[in-house]
Amino acid sequence: MSHSQPSYVRTQMAEPLPPPGNTTGVVAWMRANLFSSIGNTILTFLGIALIIWTVIPAYGFLIGNAVFTDPEGLRGEACRFEGVGACWIFIQARFNFFIYGFYPSDEIWRINLMFIIGIILLIPLLVPKVPFTRVAAILFFGVYPFVAYFLMYGGVFGLDVVPTRNWGGLTLTLIISLIGIIASLPLGILLALGRQSKLPIIKGFCVAFIELWRAVPLITVLFMASVMFPLFMPQGTNPDVLLRAIIGIVLFESAYMAEVVRGGLQAIPSGQREAASALGLSKLKTTALIVMPQALKHVIPGIVNTFIALFKDTTLVSIIGIFELLNAVRAAGSDIAWQFPTDAVTGYVFAGFVFWIFCFGMSRYSIYMEDRLHTGHRR
Amino acid sequence: MKKLMITCAVAAAVATTSTAAFAQLLDEVTERGYLQCGVTEGVPGFSFPDDNNNWTGLEVDFCRAMAAAIFDDSEAVRYTPLTSQTRFESLANGNVDVLSRTTTWTMSRDTDLGITFTGTMFYDGQGFMVREEEGITSATELSGAAVCIESGTTTELNAADYFATEGLDLSNAVVFVNQDEVVQAYLDGRCDVYTTDASALAAERSGFPDPDAHIILPEIISKEPLGPSVRSGDTQWFNIAKWTLFAMLNAEELGVTSENVDEMLGSDNPEIRRLLGVEGDFGTPIGLSPDWAYRIISQVGNYGELYETHVGPETAIDIPRGVNNLWTEGGVMYAPPIR
Repeated sequence: MSHSQPSYVRTQMAEPLPPPGNTTGVVAWMRANLFSSIGNTILTFLGIALIIWTVIPAYGFLIGNAVFTDPEGLRGEACRFEGVGACWIFIQARFNFFIYGFYPSDEIWRINLMFIIGIILLIPLLVPKVPFTRVAAILFFGVYPFVAYFLMYGGVFGLDVVPTRNWGGLTLTLIISLIGIIASLPLGILLALGRQSKLPIIKGFCVAFIELWRAVPLITVLFMASVMFPLFMPQGTNPDVLLRAIIGIVLFESAYMAEVVRGGLQAIPSGQREAASALGLSKLKTTALIVMPQALKHVIPGIVNTFIALFKDTTLVSIIGIFELLNAVRAAGSDIAWQFPTDAVTGYVFAGFVFWIFCFGMSRYSIYMEDRLHTGHRR
Repeated sequence: MKKLMITCAVAAAVATTSTAAFAQLLDEVTERGYLQCGVTEGVPGFSFPDDNNNWTGLEVDFCRAMAAAIFDDSEAVRYTPLTSQTRFESLANGNVDVLSRTTTWTMSRDTDLGITFTGTMFYDGQGFMVREEEGITSATELSGAAVCIESGTTTELNAADYFATEGLDLSNAVVFVNQDEVVQAYLDGRCDVYTTDASALAAERSGFPDPDAHIILPEIISKEPLGPSVRSGDTQWFNIAKWTLFAMLNAEELGVTSENVDEMLGSDNPEIRRLLGVEGDFGTPIGLSPDWAYRIISQVGNYGELYETHVGPETAIDIPRGVNNLWTEGGVMYAPPIR
């Protein structure tokens, strides 16, 4: 059998033929993925139309018809023509105002220094491989707030006092949201634990606090803080309006945070607590070492969700006359030297982009954290 | 409901501050060293932050004038931007000493909110804008024209009333839900006429591709007197605010400007001598120094100068003096004499 092959039987494998022309290449890919059925074909054309309708005008507005340079120093006039797109020279000219608000221009280095110190301290806290995490944490949470406050406000070491009414722009947005984020998480954890407490007064207080703050809109809280609160204070004492707004935001957000954390606590099976007790851990240690780490890990998406919402909610302080980023953009557009057909839109596009960068950054970082803390029972 | 809330808030504020009304606000302000002035968050020509982040505008200059009269330093002002929702409460609860924020003087605001208007800084009112090429010079020629209006506002009602009383035809009106759409429609040529408050017309026009091709008709069909206001109950403070404006108006009427005020000190005209404090002492009764008006005029200017700098025909906003002219020039700006 082995050597008596008939001559019509091939001794070698035939060279593989190339696949039929209509199953490879661009055409086949398109046929398989874009036009495989009538429904898909319609969807493909709709998709193409959508891209044409959105991308081309967006390109025209953002780049094609946009004004990038102002060699003659015409300011608003350079953008005052038919069919003008975005007027980027407006953003360029008022950039400092958008970032630093009314902060005196000679003192801006103080804000920059504050940011640089903050970033240097944050790196070891956010990136796991960098050393000195513990030192950085102590410095960031214990020392940095005071350094930042004295840099911003002044009044020590010969720094001029810059009252909070002159703070503004992106700086203020970041200050409000950072304080909000850093203060609302621990408060939220305490409230969530308090709500599960067996002591009726603690539990009652936490439930009442959470339900009260969750039931009022943030705008109402800010109005109360800015307008009604001074009426309850003795004559002459007038706490800073920014401070009042920040306290309002922190209390408001901590109520939300408490409910997010409580969701995580409820996901921990009671066996974990029992096992910890069996090992002889105290209640405090059980909570701190066994329950909390697991609970918080479960609710990272929820926590970051609240942070992002908080970051965007800071724009609401504009209704009590505080010049955070969005309000600064709006105010700059009212300058008579900068009147042009797209003054509002250009500013909003810029503000939207800045907000997007920060929110997107936070969301990517949360995904990174989830992956890092992932210990096998993620579904 | 919202109005009720504001009224309650302000009433409560007045109740708590009335105990302090015996302590004069002037003493408090002098001790503090600066004036707290409530402004807008940005209205072209009236108050807005300029390229160097300094507040500027017609209403900002009113606060500078008060500071000049009180401290002899027109820069001793701190500005608090207020939204239209919080402005009256902020004045009532003492966050600001004077509110100079494009606020229309109406009876209910003057009598019901615990605040008092001290005069009219700018007579605004609804006007009409047309393209210059149409050749229209008066609103009475607008019969049958396509008028662009924002719906559901007093603007719409005012226009309807005006056209009805003048016997004109408003059947071609084009109504939009927001201001930006109205402006766009007018620019696209969908209507011949655009109507809203005259100062807003002028501000919008300054952003048009070709501002000179559009004119604002002389007819003003509604009353929107914009003026500064102070808390009720402090007569001295009220008088200071009131006479700050009057001093600037009298200065213009007498031809005293920031340029020539020093020469005018030697003028023979008794009215000028009284205004500048050379003759008589009119400052002490309101708690100021005798040369209070001299300070205002030398550091800030007279009313006409302010108007020309911020909203007049030479600026991008380009609002003709019109009704805001002195009574001697055909307007309604009239200040009681200083004597």
